[in-house]
Order: sequence, then structure tokens, then C-alpha cells
Amino acid sequence: MSRFRKIFNKSFVGLLLLTCLSLSHKSFAADGEALFKSMCANCHKPDKDYTGPALQGWKDRQPDGWIYKWVAAPGALIDPYASALKTKWKASGIMTAFPQLKKDEIDAIMKYVDEYKPPVVVEGPKNSNDKNTDGNSLLFGVLTLVFALIAFILLQVNSNLKKLSDEKIGVYRSEPVPFYKNKTYLMAGVIGLFALGGYFAIDGAIGLGRMQNYQPVQPIYYSHTVHAGTNQISCLYCHGTAQDSKHAGIPSVNVCMNCHKSIAKYEGPDKLEREDGTAVNGTAEIEKLYEYAGWDPIAKEYKADKNNDGVPDGAKPIQWVKIHNLPDHVYFNHSQHIKVGKQQCQTCHGNIQEMGEVYQFSTLSMGWCINCHRESKVDFFNKADSTGNKFYSIYEKFHNDIKNKKLDSVTVEKIGGTECQKCHY
Amino acid sequence: MNNKKYWQSFGDLNQTEGFEQSTKNEFKEELLPLADLDDKGLLDVKAPRRDFLKYLGFSTAAAAVAASCDMPVRKSVPYLQRPDNIIPGVANYYASTYINGGDVIPVIVKQRDGRPIKIEGNDLSKLTNGGTSAQAQASVLDLYDTTRLRFPMQKAGADFKEVTSFDNFDKLVGTAISGKPVALLTSTINSPSTQQVINEFLAKYPDSRHVQYDAVSYSGMILANEACYGKKVIPSYHFDNAKVIISLAADFLGTWLSPVEFSSQYAKNRKVVGNKPALSKHIQFESMMSLTGSNADDRYMHKPSETGAVALALLAAVGGSVIAPSLDAKLTAAIKSTAEVLKANAGEGLVVCGSNDVNVQVIVNAINEAIGANGKTINWATTSNYRKGVDADMNSLVSDMNSGAIGAVIIYGVNPAYSYSDSKKFADGLNKVIGVSCNGTMDETTELCKYIIPSNHWLESWGDAEPKTGYVSMLQPTINPLFKTRAFETTLLKWGANAITDYETYFKNFWTTKLGSSDAFNKALQDGVVEAATTTVSGSAFNNSKIAEAATKIAAIKGGSTEVVLYQKISMGNGSQANNPWLQELPDPISKVTWDNYAMMGTEMYKTMYGKDVLKDKGASDAYEVHPEKPVVKITANGKSLELPVLLIPGIQKNTIAVALGYGRQSANAANTAEHIGRAANGAGKNAYPLAGFDGITIQYNGDVKIETTSTLYALAQTQVHGYTESRPVIYETNLKSYIANPGHMLHEVAQERLITTANGSEDFVKDATMYPDFEKPGIKWGMAIDLNTCTGCSACVVACSAENNVSVVGKIQVQRAHEMHWLRIDRYFTGDLENPDVVFQPMLCQHCDNAPCENVCPVVATNHSSEGLNQMTYNRCIGTRYCANNCPYKVRRFNWLDYTGADSFKDNQKPLLGKDMDEVVMQMNEDLTRMVLNPDVTVRSRGVIEKCSFCVQRLQESKLDAKKQQDPTLVRNVKTACMQACPTSAISFGNINDKESDVAKARGDKHRNFYVLEQLHVLPNVSYLAKVRNTERPIGVEEEGHEEKKSEVKKEEKAHV
Repeated sequence: MSRFRKIFNKSFVGLLLLTCLSLSHKSFAADGEALFKSMCANCHKPDKDYTGPALQGWKDRQPDGWIYKWVAAPGALIDPYASALKTKWKASGIMTAFPQLKKDEIDAIMKYVDEYKPPVVVEGPKNSNDKNTDGNSLLFGVLTLVFALIAFILLQVNSNLKKLSDEKIGVYRSEPVPFYKNKTYLMAGVIGLFALGGYFAIDGAIGLGRMQNYQPVQPIYYSHTVHAGTNQISCLYCHGTAQDSKHAGIPSVNVCMNCHKSIAKYEGPDKLEREDGTAVNGTAEIEKLYEYAGWDPIAKEYKADKNNDGVPDGAKPIQWVKIHNLPDHVYFNHSQHIKVGKQQCQTCHGNIQEMGEVYQFSTLSMGWCINCHRESKVDFFNKADSTGNKFYSIYEKFHNDIKNKKLDSVTVEKIGGTECQKCHY
Repeated sequence: MNNKKYWQSFGDLNQTEGFEQSTKNEFKEELLPLADLDDKGLLDVKAPRRDFLKYLGFSTAAAAVAASCDMPVRKSVPYLQRPDNIIPGVANYYASTYINGGDVIPVIVKQRDGRPIKIEGNDLSKLTNGGTSAQAQASVLDLYDTTRLRFPMQKAGADFKEVTSFDNFDKLVGTAISGKPVALLTSTINSPSTQQVINEFLAKYPDSRHVQYDAVSYSGMILANEACYGKKVIPSYHFDNAKVIISLAADFLGTWLSPVEFSSQYAKNRKVVGNKPALSKHIQFESMMSLTGSNADDRYMHKPSETGAVALALLAAVGGSVIAPSLDAKLTAAIKSTAEVLKANAGEGLVVCGSNDVNVQVIVNAINEAIGANGKTINWATTSNYRKGVDADMNSLVSDMNSGAIGAVIIYGVNPAYSYSDSKKFADGLNKVIGVSCNGTMDETTELCKYIIPSNHWLESWGDAEPKTGYVSMLQPTINPLFKTRAFETTLLKWGANAITDYETYFKNFWTTKLGSSDAFNKALQDGVVEAATTTVSGSAFNNSKIAEAATKIAAIKGGSTEVVLYQKISMGNGSQANNPWLQELPDPISKVTWDNYAMMGTEMYKTMYGKDVLKDKGASDAYEVHPEKPVVKITANGKSLELPVLLIPGIQKNTIAVALGYGRQSANAANTAEHIGRAANGAGKNAYPLAGFDGITIQYNGDVKIETTSTLYALAQTQVHGYTESRPVIYETNLKSYIANPGHMLHEVAQERLITTANGSEDFVKDATMYPDFEKPGIKWGMAIDLNTCTGCSACVVACSAENNVSVVGKIQVQRAHEMHWLRIDRYFTGDLENPDVVFQPMLCQHCDNAPCENVCPVVATNHSSEGLNQMTYNRCIGTRYCANNCPYKVRRFNWLDYTGADSFKDNQKPLLGKDMDEVVMQMNEDLTRMVLNPDVTVRSRGVIEKCSFCVQRLQESKLDAKKQQDPTLVRNVKTACMQACPTSAISFGNINDKESDVAKARGDKHRNFYVLEQLHVLPNVSYLAKVRNTERPIGVEEEGHEEKKSEVKKEEKAHV
């Protein structure tokens, strides 16, 4: 089985890579695209208004060179156009300054913006290799059954033939017992059933408390497809503490409101529906958010704080249902995996950018953790060219082994990543 | 000579039968709760097989039911608006200050998700250099004490009722006290801003006054200093400048004045550096065995009433014009030699005295003057503010309360109804006036007050403290007040109708003005301390006019045939933290007793009283020692009597008994004690304060006493020989002279043994003395080195460990059964003279053996070894066979016998055990409020698993993660285990042994002192110890006679084996 899982994993990773590649096919504008996505995309869209105005057509609005001044210090600009902009987008606040962006970088971004065309949503073949593996195991299963049947028939034929030959040479045997009364067959059957029962019992027991595919209904229908998929918001924009803390953290309501102060209606291309196929009204879900945040969408401002508790009246935190639950005796640290291990969120959370409502993608079982620790390579320090994480410079033995070609890479397991007290203490 | 060289108990000393029986079985099965089901063993019950089937059936069914339950739906609730400085899951650290009745320790508070969970020392403080005490470590638990008062109250009949708002309360009290002379009764106030608030308040109330009261008084010193130097304060002491330290019954390493500061100074001159180390010499004269006395190089005993005589004799011997009183020959000789050392080190000596007698302190001042300590080791340029109370002030206040000269008393931070020597008179007085209590809990005094407005805990408070002039330490709140409580200062500002009526603003203004800018103020808050860059040391003009009078008065003191000396324990102190289970369960370093106080006496007095010699008579030793029940004596002093169990400790003067203060907290109605004062304090010991007497000037903590035997017995929970290492040598020691002469001699025997066990003349003991393979530690190898020379036994590490690692409190009953859970214990060994032994403390924790005996015997591999040298314990894999604990030569593995933490799946399974097998206090630790103190990074262990020291693996992992993020392997040098962080003397060093620059690698480099306990077993421990070098002329350790004999015996045995 593990062989198949490996094939599956590999092909899955391959598929992921392909998806990534296909997304970035416009290679000549890649630089601008990357910059746009990391710096601008949280508030701007190339082709339509978002938290900030749509950027396409920027050249026609102001003379050359204005854009550089604006990006470097939007607050400092007081020409009539800038003032008008600020008034129009009052609700979103003044744009963050990016003094670190160089002219050519801004050019690259604007070039990307100009050439941007909204992606055409294509229904790709999903999980095609899933079917393959299923097909294979079914095939093997059927083959096994067929062979078992043939073996059984041959055995019967054999015994009948033997009986006939015995009769011929004059050896008479008692009347044969039918196979369903044959003690050997019965015993074999009982043992088989016992083994099967045992297998399922143990498998079930091991699986107790595991909640793969757990997909609870959340207080607000929040679609990762819309946010992380279509709108390409960086995971760390909302789950920023994943870089610093053991918890990835669910964003506080004010983080949602950074964008949703100006996005009151859902007008995206994706159809929102629940797992059972019922349609979801995106705008109604945004209104729920306003309810929690204490935001008045008509006046476009937070409600007054009359009871002086530091938050708008009526505002309350959202009680999300926790999906990924680890047992209390497990220590897991997001920042370790993201900052040091340089893992992608999708490695454990699956194709989150395609999930309407989030479900638990991985088993989160210990075997699953250990497997990854056995296979993943650490960013080992290379003494020759000083690349890699310098922390690992202290592993003298491995450096020698690599030098002597005894070792080609260092896995997490090598540095103790499968020892009990790495996760249990 | 078959006596043992280092011994823990009398049975251990004489190897008695009873002792051997009792240590044979480390798990006391006969006390197993299961066997008590119907008072018979399980196998003797009527139908054990059927019962067994019943249990089996039940547990299968229960497991099935538990397993088939739905997974609970868990909620994840983010902030509405996340504060900038909080990242969920990442701890924040804030500088603050531990304050408790004049005690001040600058600390760093670890706050996790808004909850303070751990106290650490503040390294920036020049006073403590990052050290803490057991009490400071434990104080975080007081924040979550369920007995804390939750709102303002007023008396209604016999009970109290809530006052709904602060405003209403202010009106009520304002009316009640208006026009009356008010007294503010507080503990020592060393906060400059609070002092100013008090002054402004007093200005508004004519005829009012402020009385500072210390439960354990230092009036004697203060008044003596007034007489000799014209200053009514205590100077600061510089133990680090002293080459000779003479302590006359002052427990300066444990409880006297500022023990953390003094320990840090003391340790500086106790570190062995190089082959010709210069160690300070510490001589102690005392009546009982104190923590400080147990660390002394030379120690002499005298009757408590002779403290003055010893001081006088010493003054005469160093050249004072007084007549030396007659003392016994031993003492006279001791004083002569002490004086010689003092004279030889003029200007580098220091004499301190724990007596509260003004005359004795005058003589001590004269000695310090004669040896040139004034201006060298005693600094008058910087004075101490730790204690300011003067007994006479308190005495006149109590009289005024009774006579009606005082109309109202506002009480803050003190509990005289419990701790005052004449507490009845105080209580009567309090009933005659309007009593307002600002204490945080319903203590004995608060119960008597008419109005109660609870103050914040120090972790919830703004504030400042100036323990020594020029050394300020700041307090900032690390959590919002948990209950409806208000700062004492705010209360005074309101009642004094001040322009600013909240202390936070007042405090900020006060310091912004003082420091010049709000930036400077913020910097002060961030650092926690504001200290002068340099310390000037200068003396003060000495006035010798009072010496003659003091000498005459001392000469007139006549001691009784039996005397009592009252002392404080490092855990309980003056009793203000009595409801702290961590402190109650902390074994006293000397007696190793938890949860009680007792009458501590020497073996000779026991022989006189009971006719039994425990030192020589094996039967008597067993009869006294094997069972926890001890005989009870009735002590009468000052016309008040007390019944306490006898605890035998060698090294107590033969006419003296010692009783600890701080125990026996009790409500006016004893039935209320558990509810008002707390479950931990309820029933723990007896109150010894009434034995103290007021002599008209100061309160005396010693006096004549009548001791009578009774027929009752009382069980003490003593951890003394739990975890017994079977007479194997674990301590190495020598004296300074021999060490300098031949540094290699001390560990010579060990080195020889290493050679013998190593095969084929190889010198690699690690690889070639075993059949097991050697596993490489390619990256980091963690190791610890503990310096026995600077470990004073103060036990701050033990509490720090409990706080960091969620170590359970098991209660007195379970401690009696050797079920205490401490991951780190401090073994106390006696050695040498049986009447006046030397003491060695040895912190004992999991040694993280590279060739660990525990790992090989675990049937489920729940304990195994990491590639970083850690002996790992995986709780969720452990099935509780206890083979590992059995096979551990150090006895450091602890088993969870009962569900101490409520971690089992079934609710309320602790209840049937309560009272019989489990103390109520265990439930106190399980309250939702108390559980807020738990460290979320450490698993809370459940019943049936073994646990032990993990080298604070959560901290190691955190530091490694930090080093990996910053890509700098040297950052792991910053990691500190909880015990190491807490240590006031920096006796513990820890780090990566593979890193030659790390502190621990450097400590291991001391080849002449570095040894491993039980190294000959080839378990290859990762904890090493630096052997003790005592600065004494007496033969010690390997130099002692008799040892040579033993060595030759060992050799003979070895030959016989060959």
C-alpha cells in the first residue's frame, strides 16, 4: 500500500507544481507580477476597484512620474488629483507608503497591470490519478479473487480426479464431505474472518480521534477559493502569526475589515456553494461579518462605543469551529515548519486555495508526521559555498560524511526529527 | 569504623535493620490505595477472581463508552482586535518586582496569552544579579489563589456582605472615619511613591500616624544603629568585599534581611578559580541548624541566650575594652581563633547578627568598628530599606487602640492578629476601633475588620520599590486585576481627597518628573531597575558611648535550662504565603519536612528527655525514625503553650529547641480556616508567634521554655530518605589547604577506578569500559554542571522547576508515602562530628545518562535517548510498570500514583480518595482559577505514568528554534533551564557540551573538581558536579582519618574479586 501512497504523493506534488507553473505562464512579466502580488494585491486589482482603485488605465489619469511620487509617499502629495483620490477612498484610509520600491520595480508592476487579463476559469481534470490508483487496486483485487476462485476449482477437480483414480485401482474412500462442511476449509474461513475482524478493529482503534475530512459548518461561510484562490491573497496576510508562533492563528476581525470596509458585496466569479450543493449568498455572509465587527455598512463607519469597553457596541469575536485538532500531548510549531523548514501551507493543509469551506486534508496522525520527517531534507549548511542555514554548521559529523560522499543530504530524521521529545514534552 | 561517611538519617548512619527494611521497597506497596478497598490486600479478599472480572468488564465497557463518544466540537475564537504586542502562543516578558512585606526582588514575569505563568530573576539588577528565592518563584501561584477576596465588603453581623461599588464603599468608609484619628498600619514601605501617597494622606487627617510593622522584627538592629551611628536605619552589607564572614545566628543565606542579594554576594568569593583559589571564610555561631550555618566553613553552637555573650567575648578578643563573659571551653577557643582570623583580615571582615536585642546589636556594631568593617563591608552611604518597623511603635499603637486614642485603623499587607506576639490584645483593640483592611485575602486580621477593600496582587499592580537607597525597582501590571480589587494607594488617594485619584497616573507623574522625561520612565519600566552606575562605599561616625551599658546588660542575662529559638523557614517565611501549596510542599533544606512545623531538637536533648540514644542505639534509632509518627512535646513559654512533634536534627545545641514561625494559620472560627485562609494552610503546623516575647523595647525570638513529653504521636511528612542511593559514595569534598597542596588528590580514587574498569589499558572510559556501543551526538549535546561549593540549598530551583514543568502537588498524606513529584530534589548529607556535623547539599535530578539503566528496562520504549543526549520520557507511551524507576541508581523518576491533576477522562474520580488517600489541597490545585498558572508548553501528566526532569526540553527546543530562525548556532548559549535561572548563586551551568565555548564545557574543564555521581556504574551521566572545597583547618572529606582505612578495604575487596 505504501508504494501506492508514494506514487500518489509524488503525482500529487507534481500536479501542484504544474498548477503553479501554469499560473505563472506569462514569464516576461513575472517580476512585476510577484511584486504586485506581494505589495499591492491586498488592496488593489488590476482591472477593478477593490480596497483601492483599479490600476489599469493609470497612465491616462496623471502625467508621467506622478506615480513614483505617489507610491513613495502618498500622504505627502497634495495636488488636486491626489486630494480627490484621498476623498474618494476615505473609507479605506490613505495608501501605505512603499518608499523601498525602485522606479524600475514600479515600472515592472505597472507593466504587469497593463498586460493583465482576467484568467479564464477552466474545469481541469481533478484527482485524475486518484482514479488510477483506485483502478489499480480494484484490478488487483479482482485478479486475486479470480485466481482464488480458479485455485479453489482446481483443488476440487484435483480431489475428484484423485478419487476417481483411487476407485480405479480399487481403493475406496468414505463419501467425501462437501467443502462447506470440510473442517480444514471451515478452520481456514474462521481464521480468515478473525484476521479480517482484527484488522478492522485495530485499524478503527488507531483511527479513533482522527478527523480527516472533517468539514464543520462555520459561523460565517468563508471561502478560501475566493480569498486565497481567485484573489490571490497571501496566506500570511491573515495567518501572519504562523511565522512567529506555534499557532498559525485565525485573523482577528479587524484584519477582515481591512478589506471589507470597502467590499460590501460579493461579485466574484466563483459560485459559492456548500458541500451539499446549496448556494450561498456571499453578500449575506459579508453582512454577518459586519454584525460581528460592529460596522455600519450604510454610514461606512464603526458603531459608537457607548458602553466604553474599547470596541464598537454589539461587536463580538467570531466563534470559529476548530478543524485541526492535535492531542494535548503533541507540540506542533507552525513557525518551525514555515520559517525554518520552509514548507508550503499546502503540504499539510492541501489545496486550500480551492476549498470553499475548509476541511482537514491530512490525517494528522503520528505516522504521517514521521513519514514527512523521514523524507524531508533540512536546509543543511554547505561549508563550501556558505549556503543553507548556518545553524547546521555545528553538525561536524555530517559535514565530514558529505565531504566523504557517505551522505548526500541530511533529512529531518538525521538531526533527531523523529525522536519522542521533539514533539512530546 | 563502620559508620557511614555521608549520611542522610540516623538509620542511614548506623545501617539499622528498620532503615534497611524501609528502603528496601521504594514503592511502598502496602500503602497502595487499591489495597485499602476493604482494608485487606487484594488477594485476601473474598472473591478476588470475580472482582477482577468485574473490574475487567467495567474497564472494557468504560473504554468502549469513552471511545465511542463523539469528538468534542472545539471553538477557536480570535481577538476582535488583536493587541499589537500579543502573538498567541508566544510568551512576552515584562520587568516587574516581587514585593512582600519589605522583601524586594527585581524579576521578569513570563506572560503567556495574557497570563503571568512564571517568575524569573532580572539580570539587570546589581542587587540580585538575576537570582530569586523560593518564595518569589512561588508567588505567581498566589495570584491565582482561590481564597483571594473578590470585591469590597462590609461587616454584616458575623458575616460580610458585598459593597456593590467602589464609590459606595468610599462613601461608607469616608463617613465612618471622618474626624477620627486614623492609624495606617502597614508592612515596611520601601516604595518612594507609596510613601509620598501616605504622607499626603496623613496630612489630610490630623492626629493620624503611620506605623510600619514587620512580622519578624529587625528593631534591635535599627535601634542599635540609632545609638551607635545616630541613624535609625539598617546599612547595606557587602559580603562580596568580605574575606571573613562571621554570623552570629544570622541566617543571611536563607531568611535574614535580603537573602537573595547576600547569596549572590557570598557566592562570588566561594567560587573555586584556578589552582590557588582565594575563598572567603565563613564562621557561624548559632543555636539551631540554619541554612546559613549548614553552609559555614566552621560552625559552633551556643545557647540562644548566649548570643550576646558570644558577641561580647568576640569584642573583647578583637581588642574591645569590655570584659569577656565566661563561656565553655569549646566556645572560648572558637572565639579566640575567630578573633585571630578577623584581626588578620582587618578591613575585610564582616560580622552580622540575627538577634533582635538592641544591646547585642550594639556590641556587634562595636566589633565591626574594631575590625574596620565600617566603610568597607558595611556601607552607610547606601542604606537598606528592607525592614523599618520598630516594635515600640506597634506596642503603643496597640495600647492606643485599646484606650480609644485611635479611632480607625487602615491595615495593609500585615496580619498582626496572627503574627503579633500579643495577638489577643491586638484583636481586642481592633474590635474597639473602625478596622479597614486592604489585605488581599481573608486573613486573621481582615476577619476582624469592619470594612474590607482588597488590594491588587503585585502582578496586577503599578508601583516601585527602593530596597536600598539609589536602587529602585519598578512594578508594572502583567494582567488586569482578576477581581474587583483596587490598589491600596488609589484607596488612600481617594480618601485623602487628592487631586489625582488613581495611582497609575500618580505613579507615572511621580516618575516622569523624577526621571526627567517619559522616555526615561518607559526605559525604567522596560529595564525594571533604576540603579546608580557606581556604588560608593563609606562608613559613618561611630559613637561608642553605649557599649559599656550594653555590655553590662548582656552580662546580666541568665539563660534557662531549656530554651527555644524561633526561626523562619526558607519556604514559609513569616507565614504570609501559607496558602501556597508549592511552598508548603517544598521540603525544608535541613529537616526535609513538608507541610508542618515541629520542635527541632538535637540528639542529646532527646536522650535526656526520652532516655534513648538514636546515635548509638539502633533500636532507638529505628523506633524514632522508621515511622512518620513522631512523639509530641508540650512547649510552654511566655505563659503560652504549644504541642508539636519532635524532629531530631544533629547540630542543635543540647539545651535548645527550634520552632519555625509562619505555620498554624487559623480563622477566628477554626471551621472557616479552609475557606478563608485556604486549604493548603489549613492544618499545616502550629502558630509559634505567641512564644515570642516583648521585653519592653523589642520582640525577642528566643527565651526560656518548659518542655514536657506527652503520650500522643503526630505524623510528619519527611522526604529525607525517599530516593536513597544505597550507601554508594556520591559526594566528594576536601578542605582548602589540602586542595591547594594537592588538587588532584580529592578525585584520585575516582580516576583510579576509571582506569581499573577500562579495558586493555585504554584511557577512553566512555567507549572502552562497556559492552554497549557508543552513540554519537552529532550536533548539540546538552549537559549540566552543578557547583557544590556555591549551592547553598536555598531551594529556589525546586519551586522554579515545579512552576515551569507543571509538577503536581500531592499533599501531605502522599508525601508520607514517598509519592512526592518534585523533579529536582536537594539531598542533604551530614558528615563528620555527630553532634555538630558538616552539611553538604546536592541537587539531584535526572542525570540524563548516555548509557541509561532506565531505558533498557522499559517494555514499551516509553523512555529512550535522543541524539542530543537527553533521556526522553514519553508520557503517552508509558504504561506504568515502574521498572525504570526501580533501575534508576539516582532515584529521580517519579510515579503518578493518583490522578493529582484531574487529567483522567473520567470526572470526579478523585473524590472518593479525598481525606483518606488524598488531601483537599490537591483539589485546590485543580480549580479553574489555579490552573491558569500551568505552562501550556508542558503536558499535564495523568495517573499511572512516570515523569522526571526533562532538562526543560521546551526551553531547549525554543532556543534551538530561535537559533535556526536567526541562523546562528551560538544563540543556544542563551538557554537557561528553570533551575539555573532561579539560582541566586549561579551554581548551575547548562549548555551544549560540544560547544567548547559554552559555560558548561568550561565548568567541566575543572578536572580536579568535576565528578559524576556513581560514575563507576558507567551510566555516563550528562550532569556533573564540582566537588566542595571548604575553607577550614579541619580535615574534611578525603582528608579525614578513617577514610584511608576504608579505601584500603575497598582495594582488598577489589583484589578479592579479581
